[in-house]
Amino acid sequence: MKILVAVKRVIDYNVQIRVKEDGSGVHTDNVKMSTNPPDDNAVEESVKLKESGKVKEVIAISIGEDKAQETIRKALAIGADKGIHVKADSYIEPLGIAKILKSIVEKEKPDMVFLGKQAIDDDCNQTGQMLAAMLNWPQATFTSKVNLKEKSVEIVREIDEGLETIEVNLPSVVSCDLRLNEPRFASLPNIMKAKKKPMEQINAKDLGLDLTNRIQQIKVDEPPKRKAGIKVANVAELVSKLKNEAKVL
Amino acid sequence: MAREAMEYDVVIVGAGPAGLTTAIKLKQLDSNLSICILEKGSEVGAHILSGNVFETQALDELLPNWKNENAPIKTKVSKEKFLFLGKNSSLSWPTWLLPAVQKNHKNYIISLANLCRWLAEQAEKLGVEIFPGFPASEVLYNEDGSVKGVATQDMGLDKESNKKDTFQEGMDLHAKVTVFSEGCRGHLGKQLIKKFNLDKGKNPQQYGIGLKEIWEVSEQQHQEGLVMHTAGWPLDKNTYGGSFIYHAENRQIYLGYVIGLDYQNPHLSPFDEFQRFKTHPSIRKMFEGGKRISFGARALIEGGIQSLPKMYMPGALLIGCDAGTLNMPKIKGSHTAMKSGIIAAETIIEHIKDKVDLSIYEKKFKESWAYKELYAARNVKPSFSWGLIMGIIFTGIDQILFRGKLPFTLKHKHADHEALKPADQMPKIDYPKPDGKLTFDKTSSVYLTGTNHTENQPVHLKLKDPELPIKYTLQKYDEPAKRYCPVGVYEIQQEKFVINSQNCIHCKTCDIKEPSQNIIWVTPEGGGGPKYGNM
Repeated sequence: MKILVAVKRVIDYNVQIRVKEDGSGVHTDNVKMSTNPPDDNAVEESVKLKESGKVKEVIAISIGEDKAQETIRKALAIGADKGIHVKADSYIEPLGIAKILKSIVEKEKPDMVFLGKQAIDDDCNQTGQMLAAMLNWPQATFTSKVNLKEKSVEIVREIDEGLETIEVNLPSVVSCDLRLNEPRFASLPNIMKAKKKPMEQINAKDLGLDLTNRIQQIKVDEPPKRKAGIKVANVAELVSKLKNEAKVL
Repeated sequence: MAREAMEYDVVIVGAGPAGLTTAIKLKQLDSNLSICILEKGSEVGAHILSGNVFETQALDELLPNWKNENAPIKTKVSKEKFLFLGKNSSLSWPTWLLPAVQKNHKNYIISLANLCRWLAEQAEKLGVEIFPGFPASEVLYNEDGSVKGVATQDMGLDKESNKKDTFQEGMDLHAKVTVFSEGCRGHLGKQLIKKFNLDKGKNPQQYGIGLKEIWEVSEQQHQEGLVMHTAGWPLDKNTYGGSFIYHAENRQIYLGYVIGLDYQNPHLSPFDEFQRFKTHPSIRKMFEGGKRISFGARALIEGGIQSLPKMYMPGALLIGCDAGTLNMPKIKGSHTAMKSGIIAAETIIEHIKDKVDLSIYEKKFKESWAYKELYAARNVKPSFSWGLIMGIIFTGIDQILFRGKLPFTLKHKHADHEALKPADQMPKIDYPKPDGKLTFDKTSSVYLTGTNHTENQPVHLKLKDPELPIKYTLQKYDEPAKRYCPVGVYEIQQEKFVINSQNCIHCKTCDIKEPSQNIIWVTPEGGGGPKYGNM
């Protein structure tokens, strides 16, 4: 069995995001970048499945500028076997990413595509779903537990009402929740080995896909600052303020 | 069971200017050497903080072609100012009356973190292996007592040091020579200085704490290439310190404050002095309406050659500010740190090829320009122990008339942790409340550093005696850790001493200033600590 796992390079989750003054986006210069956290879970789970003997090969793919290769190398250090870097110098929407992934899936023929439930930069939560639709494959999203069988995979999903267990046929697209596992640390020898693992490079332009962005971004703005709280003297005052000032009662 | 081990020719601890320079120079001299650099930050540069006005002399020697290799050294110093501040007044000191060492017209305003990232790229191109996110936590010794290498930190331990599912044992890295370049108050360097008596016959080391912010200001407020320093207010005349204000590219100003950690008043808070400094009328106008985009702090070395330990020991070298090569009157250490790295590489090559003892490091260093400038600078810092006015007069005579050639050497008499006076003998300081626009509190500041440590891990700030803070330090000194820590790691809550170690920005001030040396800074899990951008 073969798994394709998608990883995205995003601004590190500890970094305070700064919006550009002209509202055209956020600053990425001089900013620490890391793997999108739920993608780390996807890599970890793929490698665990490989270690259990059920999966033979794990391919890590990332789409983006040259530095996306660092993100792939990290996946290789965790235990993926091979990397694919699809070079793209400008932003591509989830639809475009799904199209690229589809063309790679057709070439590599994996039994499962693993990806994070969403990326922490644009928070779209669309790529996995779009990819499944275009491939006409079943999908399992927000996965917090995976039980891989011979021709299907049993998935526990986190939903508003609690936990939902479903079984989907292979091949399928699975998107991961942060609770799926705790990603391991890459060890020094494995980081060194990762440097020697194969990495295929493809130019997004050469795939012959229509990658035109369809969403026009009008403005990026900082969230409004929270106002300082106040102390109320008693319950009556609280109720009155909730009613008359906050107008939530 | 023995830990897994890897063998290298040279292992370097710390990817700062000194360590990276050593690696590059080694590869230039012998491309077959296997070299590895361990770095505790999540990436190279993440834990680097410096002014920085950069003197290129050492880089010119190391990579003469740096201008054509897109080095992040672009902003030439175009104008200089020096101000003495009173509470509401300021006196501009003519630059022709500044000692030559404080003139910067040939230098550049840079981000040292970005320079380190660039140096790391050059090193990797030459085949150096750099491992960010791997702190060296322990020195390994051979049976004969010489340094064998280092071990990396165990990862995946919980608060009680039990193994979590993700536990990964540290690794042993063995080397023919291990180079320690951890920067000021390196926690392994400190152990080595003690074990090998490297500071025998030397004065106690002197430190300072440097706080820095990066601001984005309007075009009218910005003058790219302007370098400005101040002395005086808000510090009293017995406290050594001053500010730097460097106008860098992209309408950014690097603003910082350095305070000698030999200050006496336990009520003093370096962080709040820095915030208060910005409210001076001649400083306020430079930043009003602008936006603070970064914050950080780091201890620095101020002791000069009087306090410089021996930099070699069997199997290892101690270089850069892990030893203490900063030139205090110049307020620069990057160039001397890099030079100490170049000399380290030359020494190691001779040691490996011709079996020459590592002790030749000392002779080589003493013959270098780096030592000569440190020698000429040696009397400036100790003269300020007589107060600001006497310090300035003496420095004028020493540096302008005699150019550092006076036939005597002043001593540093006390270690910084001995300098504090009891709290009831010193005046309390009433710091103004931050306004959230020009001045800030510690909470919003630590947020800008991007600092994080995995929550469930052993506390990396150890107390030798857990009772001491409440029993002794609180009563005698009103627990100064609450104030000297720039990010509020230490708090007293309901008569308990609380350590918020996840906020620690690895500045090492507590390890230096705690009056009983009761706080020991050790390495946390890899990748923890600040995530500085262009600091």
